[in-house]
Amino acid sequence: MTNTATPSIAFVRKEPIAPLPPPANTVGVVGWMRENLFSSPLNIVLTVLGILLALWIIPPILKFLIIDAVWSGDNREACLNKPGQAPVGACWAFIRDRFAYTIYGSYPVEDRWRANLFFLMGAIAIFWVLHPRAPQKGWAMIYAFIIVPIVSFILLRGGIFGLAYVETSRWGGLLVTLVVAAVGIVVSLPIGILLALGRRSKLPLVKFFSVMFIEFVRGVPLITVLFMANTMLPLFLPESWSPDKLLRALVGIALFASAYMAEVVRSGLQALPKGQYEGAMAMGLNYSQMMRLIILPQALKIAIPNIVNTYIGLLKDTSLLLIVGIFDFLKAIETARIDPIWAAPTTSATGYAYAAMVYFIMCYGMARYARSMERRLAVADKR
Amino acid sequence: MSQQVHSEETKVSPLYDPKVRGIVFQIVLTCLVVFFIYEAFSNAAENLQKAKIASGFGFWDNIAGFDIGQRLIAYSAESTYGRAFWVGLLNTLLVSSLGIVFATIVGFLIGIGRLSKNRIINFIATLYVEIFRNTPLLLQLLFWYNAVLKALPEVRDSAKLGENIYLNNRGLFMPQPVFGEAWPVVNWAFLIAIGGAIAYRHFARKKQEQTGQQSPVLLVTLGLIIGLPLIAYFLAGQPLSFNIPAATRFNIAGGMQIYPEFVALLVGLVIYTGAFIAEVVRAGIQSVYKGQTEAAYALGLRPGPTLRLVVIPQAMRVIIPPLTSQYLNLTKNSSLAVAVGYPDLVQVFTGTVLNQTGQAVEVVAITMLVYLTISLTTSLLMNWYNARKSLVER
Repeated sequence: MTNTATPSIAFVRKEPIAPLPPPANTVGVVGWMRENLFSSPLNIVLTVLGILLALWIIPPILKFLIIDAVWSGDNREACLNKPGQAPVGACWAFIRDRFAYTIYGSYPVEDRWRANLFFLMGAIAIFWVLHPRAPQKGWAMIYAFIIVPIVSFILLRGGIFGLAYVETSRWGGLLVTLVVAAVGIVVSLPIGILLALGRRSKLPLVKFFSVMFIEFVRGVPLITVLFMANTMLPLFLPESWSPDKLLRALVGIALFASAYMAEVVRSGLQALPKGQYEGAMAMGLNYSQMMRLIILPQALKIAIPNIVNTYIGLLKDTSLLLIVGIFDFLKAIETARIDPIWAAPTTSATGYAYAAMVYFIMCYGMARYARSMERRLAVADKR
Repeated sequence: MSQQVHSEETKVSPLYDPKVRGIVFQIVLTCLVVFFIYEAFSNAAENLQKAKIASGFGFWDNIAGFDIGQRLIAYSAESTYGRAFWVGLLNTLLVSSLGIVFATIVGFLIGIGRLSKNRIINFIATLYVEIFRNTPLLLQLLFWYNAVLKALPEVRDSAKLGENIYLNNRGLFMPQPVFGEAWPVVNWAFLIAIGGAIAYRHFARKKQEQTGQQSPVLLVTLGLIIGLPLIAYFLAGQPLSFNIPAATRFNIAGGMQIYPEFVALLVGLVIYTGAFIAEVVRAGIQSVYKGQTEAAYALGLRPGPTLRLVVIPQAMRVIIPPLTSQYLNLTKNSSLAVAVGYPDLVQVFTGTVLNQTGQAVEVVAITMLVYLTISLTTSLLMNWYNARKSLVER
């Protein structure tokens, strides 16, 4: 009792508390891994499985495509398995040898500059039309949708201006794929717009014909449309016309793409608020002025990502031409890979890998463009 | 002043009357369409006559004279073209329905993987989607068929998987189940089990609504569906035997053969469509407002039930319409069978039958009609489902 110093204070800490451990690292490599890869037991299992899956798939592909690949050689000898050595990977020597064939098909060698010029004009058109900051968009449209098709037709087919005539059966490879895709792109947009407007028209018969066409074409596979174009079109036309084989396929592809385009444009038209129509009518504009000046520019802008997606589908669908006997890019690969000169165990796989890369670059490029446009449009709408 | 304007009949020249214009325009359009159709048909009739090709559907009952490898119904070279049509149609339906089931599973897995916070899963899913969406289906089919399945060993050195399964470049040979006479008992037991499971689910839901007690629905359902047929099987005296494939030097006889054409087509369709379905699923799940998840957490639901009871039902509303069009795309894309030689409707009918009979108009028209029927029926069904599930607004 005598020793009670200060009874009012129960406890006084003499030493500072040990500091708490720092919070789990959330920055840097370790923190990133902890948060994104190992945050829960399930996540850890998924990470391990994912890594195993990646290790199972990716190294063999790289080994096949690059490490074990044969890069040079003149014929199949280079790509045959040699006893005592690891089995050969991709036979790139085959692609090097047949590269020009897959691009031009049997287009005459001395006239291939014409195909190159076509590629160049197409590239300029794509860049000019698609780049958001390119000047003179009106001229770009006229160039891409009118000038390029006419000049390309004259250039590739020849027969006038001293250009040698090259019949379409000699066109081939990537050239044909791009020609068909380009025609599909150029033709399907205007027809698609007309069909979409027809489908939303108040005139019952116009609506009826549009709906019938769109639903009919969308309800059947492209291959049957191509069969129809190939076998039935010559029957339906007067005998004297006898359309060219490539032209028949073009008609099929263009009609098919138009029906899909019509639905894309229609979705754009439907996304516009009714006030735009009413505003245009209140201004005293007639139907064609309203559509041309007010509705379509906005509707098409909204629809750009989907339009590009339809174009991607169109480009991929051109590969079906090989089934009706058109010499497109895939057909060139198919012909080249079964050529006995290059018959080797990996020739087929190499050919397909090459084709996949070419298609992937074109389609993925377009897809990225569509996505960036989507983002731009979203920014514009956010104000 | 204004009264004067109102009382005055506005006289419009019929040239500028929108009603008159509309009618005239429609008449002109109809005339054009009718003219084109008439021209096409008269040309076709003339051309067909010149080429001495018969018209009409008389060929339907003629002997086909060609054989079809994979068939679900009896067919031989002596069967008719009509029979060949049904074989092809059933093959199309088989590959499409299997493809739809597997593509849905693949698509949902990859789609959820695309949303995973786990970067590796996310990366793999994204890689999958980008690669398979951006290359043509036909290229993928040719790759699976020519580069993968044709590279399998020859019949002589078939790979042996397990006891009685052989794999070679002519397909996968498996024991074929042979059903005994008492087998229908098992089928009936299975049907009864399904009925019982549905009834039990109904009962369990009622019970939960009234008392709040949950019942082990999944366990009971599985027990019924697996257990009941199993019991029936043993009670009926095990009415099932196997026809085991026997390997000889140059061939494999007996058993059940799964053709490489079928596998290539199925794998190609599933992988390709799966990539598209994955994007549909991702977009659907992302369309559900974040507040819904947060509200579910606030109510004390764990992540699993949140996804199952709150997010997925709302996402399904967005997912269903594009999912339907993917299913239709898969069905239509199954016509690419012709490239790998799988005997589907297009390969059998628009290919072989068309070449043999030369009756392009009839054959192509029938084929298109079949696909059109499938497409329109599916979209009708899905529109009905969509209307039932769609958001009811005030």
